[in-house]
Amino acid sequence: TMARVLVGVKRVIDYAVKIRVKPDKSGVVTEGVKHSMNPFDEIAVEEAIRLKEKKFATEVIAVTCGPTQSQETLRTALAMGADRGIHVEIPADDYVKTGPLQISKIFAKLAEQEKANLIILGKQAIDGDNNQTAQMTAAVLDWAQGTFASELKLEGEKLTVVREVDGGLETIDLKMPAVVSADLRLNEPRYATLPNIMKAKKKKVAKLTAKDLGVDLASSIEILEVADPPQRLAGIKVENTEELVGKLKEAGLV
Amino acid sequence: MSRLMQLSRAVSQKSFVNLTSLSCQPRYSTDASNDSKSFVMNIFRGNLAEEQVLPYPRAITDEQVEFVQSMIDPMDKFMLEVNDAAKNDELAKVEDHTLQGLKEMGAFGLQVPVEHDGLGLSNTQYARLVEIVGRYDLGVGIALGAHQSIGFKGILLAGNPEQKKKYLPSLATGEKFAAYCLTEPSSGSDAASIQTKAVKSSCGKYYVMNGGKIWISNGGIAEIFTVFAKTPITQPDGTTKDKISAFIVERAFGGITSGPPENKMGIKASNTAEVHFEDVKIPVENLLGKEGEGFKVAMHILNNGRFGMAAALSGNMKAMIEKAADHAMNRTQFGSKIHTYGAIQEKFARMSMLQYVTESMAYIVCSNMDAGYSDFQLEAAISKIFASEAAWAVTDECIQILGGMGYMKDCGAERVMRDLRIFRIFEGTNDILRLFVALTGMQYAGKVLEPLSKAMKSPLTNLFGMSYASKRASHKLGVGSGPSVTAHSDVDESAKLLSASIYNFGLTVEDLAIKHGKKFISMQFLQNRIANAAIDIFAMVAVISRSTQALEKKTENARLE
Repeated sequence: TMARVLVGVKRVIDYAVKIRVKPDKSGVVTEGVKHSMNPFDEIAVEEAIRLKEKKFATEVIAVTCGPTQSQETLRTALAMGADRGIHVEIPADDYVKTGPLQISKIFAKLAEQEKANLIILGKQAIDGDNNQTAQMTAAVLDWAQGTFASELKLEGEKLTVVREVDGGLETIDLKMPAVVSADLRLNEPRYATLPNIMKAKKKKVAKLTAKDLGVDLASSIEILEVADPPQRLAGIKVENTEELVGKLKEAGLV
Repeated sequence: MSRLMQLSRAVSQKSFVNLTSLSCQPRYSTDASNDSKSFVMNIFRGNLAEEQVLPYPRAITDEQVEFVQSMIDPMDKFMLEVNDAAKNDELAKVEDHTLQGLKEMGAFGLQVPVEHDGLGLSNTQYARLVEIVGRYDLGVGIALGAHQSIGFKGILLAGNPEQKKKYLPSLATGEKFAAYCLTEPSSGSDAASIQTKAVKSSCGKYYVMNGGKIWISNGGIAEIFTVFAKTPITQPDGTTKDKISAFIVERAFGGITSGPPENKMGIKASNTAEVHFEDVKIPVENLLGKEGEGFKVAMHILNNGRFGMAAALSGNMKAMIEKAADHAMNRTQFGSKIHTYGAIQEKFARMSMLQYVTESMAYIVCSNMDAGYSDFQLEAAISKIFASEAAWAVTDECIQILGGMGYMKDCGAERVMRDLRIFRIFEGTNDILRLFVALTGMQYAGKVLEPLSKAMKSPLTNLFGMSYASKRASHKLGVGSGPSVTAHSDVDESAKLLSASIYNFGLTVEDLAIKHGKKFISMQFLQNRIANAAIDIFAMVAVISRSTQALEKKTENARLE
């Protein structure tokens, strides 16, 4: 079987940006802040494109969920080589409340609609760090899952995934259809080149809403507070080794 | 023709001969073709020509804006993650994988039309992207600029359809490098004095070129050269005269050798080498533009490329300001972060101002180019002068703020300083460009001053017979006033200063023209001062225009601007 691949791309605050918490602690400042594609999603897109280049996949469809600006991220996926895009538009106000569960339901519906048999997602997004969407999507669809992939091989119905687990690697075989989440070492994603960005302008992007897919965005999770990590306190200077040992003893460290 | 006129021709695409007639013969210039829309040209007549500068020009469509915006992040990401400026500097070449990446990126054919495998970007879009390159690596900026801003720009500007079709695709993809070959050992600023010769064969099918060029960017690696050489041309009276012609020359023609890469102060990543031509046979179809009109082509290319330097340097200045700010925000001395001290704050204010002026100038020039104006040469020259001096000052202050840290190689600022030094020298030294601004402007003023000059010599018979003269005379009598500037009321004070400056500048020009006449050509001391005033006035209008735009659009930073 050839794979029809759905690949998820999320627009997140760029990894190089210093995150600032909003004064009212309701979230982080996103206005006027540089955004880009979640780095793990770049890896997912790259893997999907490679499958297509190696003729293991017939089509790569990039999917993004979020406000209007998320389209920029979709365009990047198209410039990297995805064939077409689907933008599930979620207004900014609703989007901050949308979690992995809602997103996984969207992916599940789209997989059915698009007759996809492989979904590749980043293992987590660097903003929420949830690490749940792939797992939940597999559960909603009742598909096999291969998380934290550092290697992926497709042979007919069999998908071999090398997983990054604590202290080593685990190799598993999955029966398609499947959901895979990409870990850092799966590949080195290519750069979107300017000529490809130009060509990507002509690629199709479908626009949907969660409602179109019959997905309820209501969440049972409420964010109470977002806070900065505690500031590191300044250290003290000690005069000599005796004093150092004394302080360490005081702290119960020796 | 005097040496000086040759010199001024070296930077002007327009003939300078008219300047000599400044106060010789009355010549009425009611001809509309003599009237430039250029802001800088017109201040020499004491006029405010707002068309090209107010409101702040933008000549590209929303779609073009969106398109270039989609390219900014990928370009930035590539330059940040792949390009290593320190490594390129150390190796004295662009690292192989970076070069390959830049080719795939499309960075070698930004302005080549899409049908010839380029990206078809407008000047404004190009400016926005080279700003990013300038932010990270001026050496790479020059390697790319030497290729497309001057190397093959002649083919874009003056090439015929066959030449474009033949050469542009492999140049746009970076498969082949291009180089612009004008400078020779005895011919630098005085570019019209080149010695390289191209003589047509007796069969008329090719030219044979002999000569040598020096300090050619990409000279050691280019496959395609735009070469300027003297060709003997038969005059209507039957005599022959050497005139400059431009040629597209392939290394593959044979007879071309390059020297070793020059060991330079900065922009080491960019290859610079001598190029020698020995009996190189160039097919006649590789003549670029018309025979004998090569000088025009040479200057046209340079005029069209200068805004790119201003754009690249405005990006560079942003990076240096960020570097300094990053340090100032984190460095504690005397118990406080140093950014809280007034002495440091003033430095940042001045650095930001220089960056703002440069950027504003750069986008005025490229917008006017995109709008189809052809009289942007003075603004382009000023943007190059201003940008190269501003960037030097900004990097210097960046190092000053960083103190000892800034002086260390690892900090990266010293490399930028070395890279920057050349910008005041190449593509027309700032000194020559200043003379060019002053003389071209004076010549333009001269066209309307001639009648006045004549009138002044016999006031009774002529003065009141000429409307222009009487207008100028009224200035002299103190009844005139400066032009009114269409600017936002919040910058009204500055607008009034601009108006007064234009008025006074016009009077000064007039005084100088009447006092010195054609002798002004040799008064470089005065020319420099006239040019500096013109530069300042253009800086004023650029800032007033851009801040007016910000105030009207109520942008986030409008107050700061």
